[in-house]
Amino acid sequence: MKKKTIRVDHLARVEGEGALTVTIKDGQVVDAQLRIFEPPRFFEAFLRGRSFTEAADITSRICGICPVAYQMSAVHAMEDACGVKVDGSLRALRRLIYCGEWIESHVLHIYMLHAPDFLGYAGAIEMAKDHAGIVQRGLQIKKAGNAIISLMGGRSIHPINVRLGGFFKTPTKRELASLTDRLLWARDAAVETVRWAATLPFPDYERDYEFVALRHPDEYPFNEGRLVSNKGLDLSVREYDEHFEEEQVPHSNALHSKIRGRGGYFVGPMARYNLNFDRLSPLAQEAARAAGLGPACRNPFKGILIRGVEVVYAFDEALRIIAAYEAPEHPAVPVLPRPAVGYAATEAPRGTLYHRYRIDEQGTILDAKIVPPTSQNQKVMEDDLRRVVEKEIDLPQEKLTWRCEQTIRNYDPCISCSTHFLRLEIRRG
Amino acid sequence: MAVWKFASCDGCQLTLLNCEDELLPIAGEVEIVYFREATRADGKGPYDLSLVDGSITTPRDAAAIQEIRKRSKYLVSIGACATAGGIQALRNFRDVKEFVSMVYATPAYINTLEKSTPIAAHVPVDYELRGCPINKNQLIEVIRAYLQGRKPVIPSHSVCIDCKRKGNICVMVAHGTPCLGPVTHTGCGVLCPSYNRGCYGCFGPMETPNTGSLSEGWRRLGTNEADLLRVFRNFNADAEAFRKESLRHEEKDHPG
Ligand code: SF4
Ligand code: SF4
Repeated sequence: MKKKTIRVDHLARVEGEGALTVTIKDGQVVDAQLRIFEPPRFFEAFLRGRSFTEAADITSRICGICPVAYQMSAVHAMEDACGVKVDGSLRALRRLIYCGEWIESHVLHIYMLHAPDFLGYAGAIEMAKDHAGIVQRGLQIKKAGNAIISLMGGRSIHPINVRLGGFFKTPTKRELASLTDRLLWARDAAVETVRWAATLPFPDYERDYEFVALRHPDEYPFNEGRLVSNKGLDLSVREYDEHFEEEQVPHSNALHSKIRGRGGYFVGPMARYNLNFDRLSPLAQEAARAAGLGPACRNPFKGILIRGVEVVYAFDEALRIIAAYEAPEHPAVPVLPRPAVGYAATEAPRGTLYHRYRIDEQGTILDAKIVPPTSQNQKVMEDDLRRVVEKEIDLPQEKLTWRCEQTIRNYDPCISCSTHFLRLEIRRG
Repeated sequence: MAVWKFASCDGCQLTLLNCEDELLPIAGEVEIVYFREATRADGKGPYDLSLVDGSITTPRDAAAIQEIRKRSKYLVSIGACATAGGIQALRNFRDVKEFVSMVYATPAYINTLEKSTPIAAHVPVDYELRGCPINKNQLIEVIRAYLQGRKPVIPSHSVCIDCKRKGNICVMVAHGTPCLGPVTHTGCGVLCPSYNRGCYGCFGPMETPNTGSLSEGWRRLGTNEADLLRVFRNFNADAEAFRKESLRHEEKDHPG
């Protein structure tokens, strides 16, 4: 019996600490593990006893890459508990700050984490030696996304301006309008990005995934919607716990999420795209078609294209919101605590982020549950690893190892999030 | 240069990638040989400059930081996690086993230390840069100072002083909003008060803060002991001045 292992002790270009192990015996993949060794940080435990007003700032520290997602899920869950709905321009501003985060996070992933894989560079800085103009373009688009977050939130990492009921301070029409020229440039550059990404060499790989994402009656989803899948799921967010479960596995500090009785599922840009193509703006749809994408796409390596399409959408949406904006009378609506359980799921750049809190009449948090996108995708990532190795088993070890890393990077995993939660190793025999 | 990370949200090392205009010029001046979040490159050192993000929370990490120190000429810890234990230091006030069992069904798989500690608790550190997250201009200053062989010019007075310089209307005096600005280390650019919000101390305590007198001021604005406890026990909970102040409110919160 011949045994061989592919291992990557420290995954690069992901957020946080993870490793891979794939074990091959007699030419068959017998095991594929994505190990998450990022130390656990126990957020759910120390949220107990805190005030409901603090959840947005505290949970944003789960992840420096997508703090807005945590803030949005937290405030929406608390408002759900307290029976408050935030509407009008405050709601629009929440979409706007989320646009900023999608742009910043997606462009970081496209240009700095994922593209180097396709072009054979260790990272973007190495890539910049040969492709300075491309990397520069990426950095400038990303900067436009960060400009939105900074204006709305004070700074792009752990913004300080989000609160229950809205914001501490809302921008003037003129302040928002000052972003317009830069966003117009960046939207063109994003269209250009999709065109460029379409020329990358994509491995031919498709799988019949179950995609899960929010779906809203008339918008591409950010903060609201029903949880739907391409295999018949259609739930309100309050029903999440009845249909999804988390299990602990020995090789990972991150809990694995499953659909009860069904198994792994795929959240993130690809899921959103497959379930919501019809809700994209005409410009984003056109960018997708020009890149050869239809309304459905099952090749996870093409995630880079879909992120690009979502960036085009986010600029379009941001420009729409800015043009329609009228400053609200108050920066926030009052949110008064009551003993209740609140639920929310919003679409973080990497996928659906679920929060549930139970609070008492003073607003003290009694318990908290947070399910980040990466822990939901872990099972699908491991299944992909297994299939990719099976398909390309004859590649030389070094190439196969890289391909495995790339398979994981397709998901833009945020390991810090999932331990709130990662580690690759390929064993051959 | 190498960039390392321990228990953290990745935000402080991301700050480097968020230097959109400065990143490539920096990469032109210093060779980045280890930075997991950005590259597969795996330079084994020794390193002239190591930036360390995150706090030490596992036996494995406690051993790793020793190795990193040995291989680094100059070591800078960045952010509230690396300089004060971070938000995960909230465990230091409780029994971590209780936390593990709250989050994980099989706690036996989880190997974690009882406390979350800053880098300086394990190895000598050449410079500490505060903030949750750090400020990008300060990070660039630290790298520039290193390249020029001088000490970084980073002020250590309070947010309050810069707030007054900036000409903000004081949220505490004008609106009765409690603000930690008078005891918090400056560096953020006075964000919260500029957005009509009280500072919540994300840069940690300034040098010799008068936390007792500030608590008194907050009490006059109607803040109770439980809230005061929470305010100091946050992103820099285990920074000495904040820890001591929080303990005082703990006693008052649970008399006897
Ligand atoms: S708002 Fe806060 S930081 Fe500014 S002057 Fe008042 S107390 Fe000081
Ligand atoms: S004002 Fe205080 S809490 Fe706000 S960003 Fe600055 S240091 Fe952090």
